[in-house]
Amino acid sequence: MSVHLPRIPIPLPQPLHDIFRPPPTPGVLGVFGALDATTAAIRHLKRGGYHDITVYSPIPRHELEDALDQPVSPVRMFTLIGGIAGCATGAWITLWMSYDWPVVVGGKPIGSVPPYVVIMFEMTVLFGALSTLLGILFNSALAARRLGTITWDPRFTNDKFGIFVPCGADKAGAVEALLTSAGAEEVRRG
Amino acid sequence: MATTPATKLSYDYVTHAIARTLGNPGKGYYLLLGTAVAILGVGIITLLFLLRYGLGLAGYSHPVYWAVFITCFVFWVGIAHSGTLISAILFLFRSGWRTAVYRTAEAMTVFAVMTAGLFPLIHIGRQWYFYWLIPYPNERGLWPNFKSPLIWDEFAIGTYFTVSTCFLILGLIPDIAAVRDLATGWRKKLYTMTSVGWRGTNEEWRHYTRGYLYLAALATPLVLSVHSVVSWDFAMAIVPGWHATIFAPYFVAGAIYSGCAMVITLLVPIRRLFHLEEIVTVHHFENLSKLCLLTGMIVGYAYVAEYFIAWFGGNPIERAAFWYRAFGPYWWASWTMIICNAFLPQLLWFKKIRTNITALFVVSIFVNIGMWFERYVIIVVSLAGEPYTPWANAAYNPTWADWGIMAGSFGWFFMWFLLFVKNFPAVSISEVKEVLPPPRLGAAKAAVV
Repeated sequence: MSVHLPRIPIPLPQPLHDIFRPPPTPGVLGVFGALDATTAAIRHLKRGGYHDITVYSPIPRHELEDALDQPVSPVRMFTLIGGIAGCATGAWITLWMSYDWPVVVGGKPIGSVPPYVVIMFEMTVLFGALSTLLGILFNSALAARRLGTITWDPRFTNDKFGIFVPCGADKAGAVEALLTSAGAEEVRRG
Repeated sequence: MATTPATKLSYDYVTHAIARTLGNPGKGYYLLLGTAVAILGVGIITLLFLLRYGLGLAGYSHPVYWAVFITCFVFWVGIAHSGTLISAILFLFRSGWRTAVYRTAEAMTVFAVMTAGLFPLIHIGRQWYFYWLIPYPNERGLWPNFKSPLIWDEFAIGTYFTVSTCFLILGLIPDIAAVRDLATGWRKKLYTMTSVGWRGTNEEWRHYTRGYLYLAALATPLVLSVHSVVSWDFAMAIVPGWHATIFAPYFVAGAIYSGCAMVITLLVPIRRLFHLEEIVTVHHFENLSKLCLLTGMIVGYAYVAEYFIAWFGGNPIERAAFWYRAFGPYWWASWTMIICNAFLPQLLWFKKIRTNITALFVVSIFVNIGMWFERYVIIVVSLAGEPYTPWANAAYNPTWADWGIMAGSFGWFFMWFLLFVKNFPAVSISEVKEVLPPPRLGAAKAAVV
């Protein structure tokens, strides 16, 4: 005799799925052909209380940075910590390995620091560069997860600028009007 | 610094003009690629002979045990240097003209280091023990000797390869995303994977631009350190002709010089094959040739300083070494080096030469030849000229095995480079757009808003 237990579906946590395919965020997307229209729209939106907007652009522009007024990227901390860790690793491997099996070379001290500076420098650069790269990937993935799956247009990597404003259906009409008046070529809900 | 002069170009034009390099490049490209692969085949066959019969096939003869393989190693590491100079140092100096040429230079860096890295492995003879170079404890718990410049070199080259690859890949991400959105079929899949989901959001650009700046800041001292460390492979030894404090700056200048010449050599055919005349202009070639002229003058100064100090220093052994270099049996190598590197680039003072692509191409090839001979002279001639080792008997002459491996290295390098320019954006799309004036509605419209 066998007992058939009911199968209860237990949702498993899927951290990677959440990062790469976050749930959709409702909002309005405006497509712009001109940079000054985009910056004007950003300023209008900020004044109107929309702060969590996403701006798409084919290139980084200081005008956009100024309009958005974002804090400095935390990637610099990754570089600093990576660099210090690399320097420490360089010092550690050279000194520890020298004393682990002491062999006198050329009558010099076992742990002679000047030649080890070369290794320490190279390791600083190596670790610093790799952690910078990781910092960019990590921070961008984190931002993508926070924003959720938002509307996008393939023209944004070519010659168009875009602004996505996350908002509910009640505010969508007002945002559409604002984007159009600022010079958006195309406005749609997503 | 002047920006790209063709200001009439639009963003859309730039994307499509550069994406066109990914299309069918025609017969000329496949002919070049086929030649590169065939030459690589020669190198592989030579390597198989070396594996079977040992390094005796190469021309090593006492006391010349560092010869063509090490010459090629230093040559290729040197070629790699201008890539990072153009992409990192000129980035920090905000030179607008670098945008059109830096991707080619950076790819050249990565593939040249890949080529250079093969030579120590070939040179060690028993290639299957290559992992002995890695710092790990062997059976007796013995660690590598960190006081040896050869270990520094391994760390420097390893770091340089990793960092320049990171730099190349990071710069490529927004451009791959741009061509991804135009591509179809298998390319769409390839670019979707390699663009790691890039969409150009303000968050992405915020972290990207900051990270790129720091990578450039890290790569700048790195590029100066790597060839300094390579030069210390020689300068730390007591061989007359090697043991000189000028070696680090001398090698760095020489590396950038040969690298800039190689960028010109590569850009001329690429520009013609892929019709990039509007993006890579004569202006860019002129700036590259000015860099060549500057670094060539530093190299010329280093030659003069070496000979002067050998005479002025009064050390008879040093004097003998330099007399042997200029008037010994290898006089032809020394004078090829001096004429190609110090005299010929003086032509670049003339604007007519600097703006003539064919003339620049010819000068750049001679600089490449000259720089190869510079390393040959420093390594082989200095070793051959020391009569202080017992049983120093023979004159060194490279054999077919040396030339086969060297030719193979050119095939290997050009194969990777040609495959790269065909399959990935060979000119930076986003950075060329950055030096264009952005599309604007104008003051009238903006005032209404």
